[in-house]
Amino acid sequence: MEHLPVLVVIIPLLTVPLCVLLDHPRLAWLAALASSWLSFAAAVGLVLQVSDTGPISYLLGSWEAPWGIEYRIDVLASYVLLIVTAMAALVLFAARESVRKDIPEARISRFYAAFMLAFAGLAGIVATGDAFNVFVFLEISSLATYALISMGKDRRALSAAFNYLVMGTIGATFILIGIGFLYMMTGTLNMADLAARLPEVADTRTVRAGFAFLAVGIGLKLALFPLHLWLPNAYAYAPCSVTAFLAATATKVAVYLLLRFMLQIFGLDFSLVLMPLDTLLLVLGLIGILSASMVAVYQGNIKRMFAYSSVAQIGYMVLGVGLATTTGITSAILHLFNHALMKGALFLALGGIAYRIGSTTIQDFSGLGRTMPWTMAGIVLGGLSLIGIPSTVGFISKWYLVLATLEEGLWPVALLVLIGSILAVVYIWKLVEAAYFGTPEGNPEIKEAPLSMLVPMWALVGANIYFGIHTDLSVGLASRAAAVLTGGAG
Amino acid sequence: MSELQLLTWMPLVPLLATAGVIATDKSPNVREAVTIIAGVILFALVVTLAANIDWDNPTTLVLAEPLPGLRLAFTPEPLGLLFALVASFLWPITTIYSIGYMRSHKEENQTRFYAAFAVSIAAVMGIALSANMLTLFLFYEILTLSTYPLVAHAGNDKARRAGRVYLGILIGTSVGFLLLAMIWTWHVAGTLTFTQGGVFSDEVSPVVLSVLLALYVFGTGKAAVMPFHRWLPAAMVAPTPVSALLHAVAVVKAGVFTILKVSVYIFGIDTIADLAVSDWLVGIAALTIVLASAIALRKDNFKARLAYSTVSQLSYITMGAMLGIAAGAIGGGLHIAMHAFGKITLFFCAGAVFVTAHKSKISELNGIGRRMPWTMGAFAIGAVSMIGVPPFAGFISKWYLVGGALQTEQWIAVGAIVISTLLNAAYFMPIVYAAFFKEEDPQHSHGEHGEAPLPIVLALTVTALATGLIFFFPGVPLTLVDQMVGG
Repeated sequence: MEHLPVLVVIIPLLTVPLCVLLDHPRLAWLAALASSWLSFAAAVGLVLQVSDTGPISYLLGSWEAPWGIEYRIDVLASYVLLIVTAMAALVLFAARESVRKDIPEARISRFYAAFMLAFAGLAGIVATGDAFNVFVFLEISSLATYALISMGKDRRALSAAFNYLVMGTIGATFILIGIGFLYMMTGTLNMADLAARLPEVADTRTVRAGFAFLAVGIGLKLALFPLHLWLPNAYAYAPCSVTAFLAATATKVAVYLLLRFMLQIFGLDFSLVLMPLDTLLLVLGLIGILSASMVAVYQGNIKRMFAYSSVAQIGYMVLGVGLATTTGITSAILHLFNHALMKGALFLALGGIAYRIGSTTIQDFSGLGRTMPWTMAGIVLGGLSLIGIPSTVGFISKWYLVLATLEEGLWPVALLVLIGSILAVVYIWKLVEAAYFGTPEGNPEIKEAPLSMLVPMWALVGANIYFGIHTDLSVGLASRAAAVLTGGAG
Repeated sequence: MSELQLLTWMPLVPLLATAGVIATDKSPNVREAVTIIAGVILFALVVTLAANIDWDNPTTLVLAEPLPGLRLAFTPEPLGLLFALVASFLWPITTIYSIGYMRSHKEENQTRFYAAFAVSIAAVMGIALSANMLTLFLFYEILTLSTYPLVAHAGNDKARRAGRVYLGILIGTSVGFLLLAMIWTWHVAGTLTFTQGGVFSDEVSPVVLSVLLALYVFGTGKAAVMPFHRWLPAAMVAPTPVSALLHAVAVVKAGVFTILKVSVYIFGIDTIADLAVSDWLVGIAALTIVLASAIALRKDNFKARLAYSTVSQLSYITMGAMLGIAAGAIGGGLHIAMHAFGKITLFFCAGAVFVTAHKSKISELNGIGRRMPWTMGAFAIGAVSMIGVPPFAGFISKWYLVGGALQTEQWIAVGAIVISTLLNAAYFMPIVYAAFFKEEDPQHSHGEHGEAPLPIVLALTVTALATGLIFFFPGVPLTLVDQMVGG
């Protein structure tokens, strides 16, 4: 049990060479699936352990922190690990059929290897308590992600991957420079140690420059408006299972980094009082919500539409952080979880549709309400959750975010947030109208998606409703994590 | 049955009916029988609840508690019971009417139609029983979503466009304003539970309360206060049974019901009286009453005229709630029931004319009364009740409303009621006159047709009779609304 913090990362990491060595599509999938579920079990164990005994510190190779590398799991980390591992496990469960169709057979085992590498990288970013280690894992996951995106069937996947590669590398470099500056001033890379030593040197230009580099670097990874330009194409042209996984996890991990660096390492006082990060996040978050939702309305490709919607949803999280109050940060952390559930469900459903009709453009949705009733019902429920209808997780997120803005007296912001919801109605309903009231042209032989894709998708749809009514887990963890972050305690 | 069981089964029965309707897709007769039986059972349940309730300590059924202190819960409440009684009484009758209408008209997708109808009724039960604003909001949104397939039923461009307007306005206002008002109320008062006398403490500034009240009134798009009324005429593309039960009774009444609940149980009647903004809201409601009536006068399309008449009549209720006096709330509450019987009759008649004579314009109706005496007779009764002439239902609620307006010396409100009564007469009576006393117009030849199909005639006769009977026996609604204002 004491090795859980490292197991969460090591299990998927070791599966990577295993997948390559097996070099057999079915066996590679089984290995990836098994390891993702093991990793999920480890994450569940961590959540229980953390809520039982408080933050866990794990010393790699028994080297004492701050000299050795420390893995540190607190409430926030265990919560994000739970999301990442659960989404990986569900997406992999659904992936087999669609991967078989999307990827040439000879490359399938390598696809799973890259997938597990990306997964291990994301888990590593969250588990580690070492700033340089964050950069290493970030590069691991990013490089694997570029490869995954480029495997998309559409040739435009290549340029999308390249675009992301350029932007992502700039982001990673900025993060590295930022970490380097901090190391220069403090001589440490351990996060807790950094947090303790930074206040002494906070008033130097180097630390401020380091802060700025980190903010921009994380902003790029996060696809924070206006640094989001890589995201829509990357999501639209990547294989469906990759999109589902990335949408549900990668940006969440970036939000985690934002919270970790800005609120914990630099601390609220530095980030928000000395540097005006809160205003910046508030404004960019709002513009992101409105502009990305507006653009989403005009997308003909549904995958791109949901990609823009993701940019908007990131705006909601960033806005919550920008409010810089306990309720605001709770809403951001809560939305992390809830958005993973909605977008996971929606992209998995799109995967089922792409699997059956080979396209995700709105014209091809005509009549799907009749031919693929279960998939479409899933999309409708996932969409309602995105809009924020009560008894779905989206409502809970919106409730906390609007409450947080009202607590600060920012009622125009509250109104703008809700206008974002109304825009979501517009783009979701385009889809619903086409599917249920459109006249299908051509091929009436479309069948419902295979069961192996329906089951994980509906598991997520069910979770959207379950966690919209029973919020003990999500709200409980989020508010505890937010209390820790704003209280300044480790 | 205990109160708790009744509360559980009231929304559950129509939901089970939905499942039954879908399961019996292949045999239409069984399918409609399922709906009718469910309707009768539901009405029996509501009557049982109304008859046995102990108002001093009503039972609460907690469905879930998503956030601490924020519950999804049902509590029986007088106005809600009145609403539930009206809706559940009219549901089986509308179903009988639907059989005649949908089959004569050879509509497609009838299973979807009956299924969505039953879900809507379940949502209405949820609204009627809701113990707090959150529960009401949940079922309010479900009602919007479940009626959308009914509005867009035809699936052609016109229906889809109407569906967009319908959803756009109803969800737009509810998410943009109503939800905001709700969260704000939670932030200020710490509760959303409907409480006699309101939930706000005296310290809350009148400015905040004024903004909140305006947000509630405009956020309740279903109440169709101008300028958010356009969805209602748009919804008229739906099959007539939908317009009759949902867009003259269930959906629109859910809107004004929300406004009444908010003003009585969230603000409290006395608080409303103190707020300056309520005078403005009375003014806007009065404007809606007069303008909508004027528009109705100019509509030649039968259903469009009825729709604008509904917009106007709904604002009577909103106005009553905003008067800030018990008589106003009582009048508003009564009008929920009184308007329902009259207006559903009128819609039944419009639909009967449409399926039998294939006429949808008022200018084509000359002399039709001689071919369809039952239908047009019922229409005359409904029209007279709308105008507010005794001995029909509409008179009673208008009496209270005028009384309330006079007591508060809101001359705008009094004026609006008087003008609108004249306009009501001006746009309804010519139809009755033309139907019975004008000669048939050879240009719009009626062809060979007689009275509408039997189920249709049956349904509209029952509702017309009810319009008259309720004038002589107004005991049940009167007791219930009296109870609401704490009498």
